[in-house]
Amino acid sequence: MTLAPVHHILPLASIVRERLLPVKGKVLARLNQRVSPTDIVAEAVWAREHVFLDVARLLNLSPDAADKALRCKVGDKLAAGAVIASGRGLLPKTVKAPREGRVVAAGGGQVLIESGESRMELRAGISGNVVQVIPERGVVIQTAGALIQGVWGNGRVDTGVMVNLAEKPDTLLTADRLDASMRGSVIVAGQVKDAETLQAASELPLRGLILASLYPSLLPAAREARYPIVLTDGFGSLAMNSAAYRLITSNAKREATLNAEVFDRYSGARPEVIIPLPVTTEPAPPTDAVDFAPGQTVRLRRPPAAGSLASITALRPGLTTFPSGLRAPAAEVKLENGEQLLVPLVNLEVVG
Amino acid sequence: MPVSLVQGDSLLAVDIGGANTRAVLFDVVEGEYRFLASGSAPSTAEAPFKDVSEGVRNAIANLQSVTGRTLLDADRKLITPSQVDGSGVDAFVSTLSAGPALKTVIVGLLSDVSLESARRLAETTYARVLESFSLTDHRKPDQQIDTLMRLRPDVVIITGGADGGASRSIQKMLEPVGLAGYLLTPEKRPAVLFAGNQKLDDEVKSLLGGVTAELHFSPNVRPSLDTEDLEPAARELASLYLGVRRRQLKGVDVLETWSGGHVLPAAYAVGRMLRFLGQVYGGRRGGILGVDIGASAAVIAAGFKERNTLGVYPQFGLGENLPVLLQYTTLEDILRWSSLDISTGVLRDYLFQKSLYPSSVPASKEDQAIAQAVTRQALYLAMQTAKRDFPRSARPPKPGLLPYFEPIIAGGGALGDAPSPGQSLLLLLDAIQPVGATAVFMDRNNLMPLLGAAAARNSILPVQVIESGAFQSMGAVISVVASAAFGSLVLRARLAYSNGTEARADVKFGNIEVLPLALGQSAKLTLQPQHGADIGFGPGRGGTIPVSGGTMGVVIDARGRPLILPDDPVRRRELIKKWLWTVGATQG
Repeated sequence: MTLAPVHHILPLASIVRERLLPVKGKVLARLNQRVSPTDIVAEAVWAREHVFLDVARLLNLSPDAADKALRCKVGDKLAAGAVIASGRGLLPKTVKAPREGRVVAAGGGQVLIESGESRMELRAGISGNVVQVIPERGVVIQTAGALIQGVWGNGRVDTGVMVNLAEKPDTLLTADRLDASMRGSVIVAGQVKDAETLQAASELPLRGLILASLYPSLLPAAREARYPIVLTDGFGSLAMNSAAYRLITSNAKREATLNAEVFDRYSGARPEVIIPLPVTTEPAPPTDAVDFAPGQTVRLRRPPAAGSLASITALRPGLTTFPSGLRAPAAEVKLENGEQLLVPLVNLEVVG
Repeated sequence: MPVSLVQGDSLLAVDIGGANTRAVLFDVVEGEYRFLASGSAPSTAEAPFKDVSEGVRNAIANLQSVTGRTLLDADRKLITPSQVDGSGVDAFVSTLSAGPALKTVIVGLLSDVSLESARRLAETTYARVLESFSLTDHRKPDQQIDTLMRLRPDVVIITGGADGGASRSIQKMLEPVGLAGYLLTPEKRPAVLFAGNQKLDDEVKSLLGGVTAELHFSPNVRPSLDTEDLEPAARELASLYLGVRRRQLKGVDVLETWSGGHVLPAAYAVGRMLRFLGQVYGGRRGGILGVDIGASAAVIAAGFKERNTLGVYPQFGLGENLPVLLQYTTLEDILRWSSLDISTGVLRDYLFQKSLYPSSVPASKEDQAIAQAVTRQALYLAMQTAKRDFPRSARPPKPGLLPYFEPIIAGGGALGDAPSPGQSLLLLLDAIQPVGATAVFMDRNNLMPLLGAAAARNSILPVQVIESGAFQSMGAVISVVASAAFGSLVLRARLAYSNGTEARADVKFGNIEVLPLALGQSAKLTLQPQHGADIGFGPGRGGTIPVSGGTMGVVIDARGRPLILPDDPVRRRELIKKWLWTVGATQG
């Protein structure tokens, strides 16, 4: 028995996603509330910057004496120029707040003020029902629909109607194929090989881009894009795997949510495309771990035939020697074009 | 070894790597400890498992099927101690390198003194230094606080001040760390190691005690301005690393329970093993060298008479960090090692695609050629980085080269899993470019970290396991330092076997020669350098040395040091193919 990683490409599944703030904040969504992907479900506010004032040094006092000279305490809101401490004598020195803020620490002759505000708004990312509220942190949302996991995302979230420009799984998207009629939509294509296309998509603007692969040199521009980008298969010139291609293109003109989360192998966060679908009964949730077995549909992670789908016809006992000379546990697989291959198990992931 | 010294306890050792978890069983056979078998399984630090103990149980289950010995009970718990029916083991140890590199901030007084020691200390574990603060820093304390709030480091290492020396300046450096810790929520606070002026320990405790995830103290890394002692602090940092991992990764606590606290960072365990080997091999010229390259990091451990060095370089790991490699090198510099004609675009795609699937392996010849070129360059860069911290007394024969090392022990997935011994050896010679005469051992079963961890539990075990030949002897390697025209004679070699026969070779510059000497055999090797070539006795000086055989026999590497490859890509690839052929590792 060998554990198999699972890559979800599912026509219908129950999808449950936890959406949590990185810091404590306020949860805005309510239990059982119906949310759309761009709804703000929680928000957090934190200080943009801090001001550290060494009052003792500025007034030339001992820390204890400086504490006695303080005119503020923790929690006080101060206007810019407010006196924080003043010394003694005929011409006493004063220490003033350089800008508006709130005292967060005071003692030992020192004062720390937080100033400015940074606000984070956490969006639902998917449409669905809030099935759990986690106080001060976020919510758990459940929906039903098609799920296509990607391998790379640029960290953005949006929703739009899918427009298919991928006549084939490896169709190259160029700037001249984008026109004003596509404004606000999610474009599906095979590959992008130039920064101009990403820029043109930004200028329309698009609501999202689903690609099979992208040149690694374009990653900085893709990270900067204001719209979500999800890569289904990887980097370079990979075509979209046939399962993702069929599912995405057959749902063209439907609304899809691109939750282009940055892939985090430790938390399990993965970029994904969710196509909400109406259901009468709740479908089964995806399975995250299985053992390799004959009959499974798998995706090849490495050459030869990287990105292709195949089905396992047999699991080889012991170790198998590959053209590279390497010996590893292996499976016999049959590609969709009928070709038979021997593949190391670690180069396979189960699609399902 | 007297039998009475063997405690007779079986020991199970598990290494949890970034890609794979390996379980290794050691037990007493005919009165001595032996490496019996190993089993492996994918590591499970990542989603969906998020529990390293799951991969450990799977690896042990695999080991059970190899050995037929029951080690886990029906609830998949380790059976310990061993039972009368032969199931279970008496002792368990574990090493760990899985998980992202620890986000680290270093704090010191002077950038070229204590901060440099802090950097070297951080490099003894799986850490990525994101930021450094020193007295020469132009940022105000509040800017440093905001930097810490933004970075949210896992670890802060604070150094500075000779013992009994500066204290006020260090107090000043502590303030931003303490205030940032105060502002961060408890689960985001960093673990802090204070390795500075010991006089300040109490003050550090009162300032930082309540605002850090954990606070560790170690003896000063710079007890005086001109003295550096990293080892006690490295030991404390290893303990801190495990504390951070315990919070980050589920299942580490299970391993600690099973092992009675005998869990170590893998790199630290490699360093410990090298110190131990240094005692065994001590007295020979130069130092001893251990290299290990895997998905998490490249590790270079070197032992010298006066001190040991340990460098852990996640930036040169072959897993999820692979794209980071391009911050340190170019695609062209990686491809110069390839025996096949591969475009820079294909290589770039490889680096990014492999980072998505760190545990995947090369199945095709082209993929293997790329993987080995990347490994060569990553290990080469790691070696060049580690070299900076070697003691000055470890003099190389020429500036810029390595000092003499004997023996060299190499391990890690990328080296140990190479399809043939010749490929492993050539990869190692290309990447680290040793000089003079040395013996090379390949740790094919990645025992180094596990033996290092086992040493604390059973000091006899590593000695007997190594003496039993658990490391694969590759044989003797003679690396010629010479500047000569390609094809000109630089060395005459005569290998006198114990049965009275001999083998001779006239070695030309740019070539590799292999003289057969089987494992277990010994012979006398007489070397006569030509045209000022240096094989470790000084320019032009020859001599006779005893050599032991191995899988590769005696390998004479006369390609020069540093190894300069031809600029012409066609000629370069032909040469690489020729060298591969010579060491019996042709890639076709």
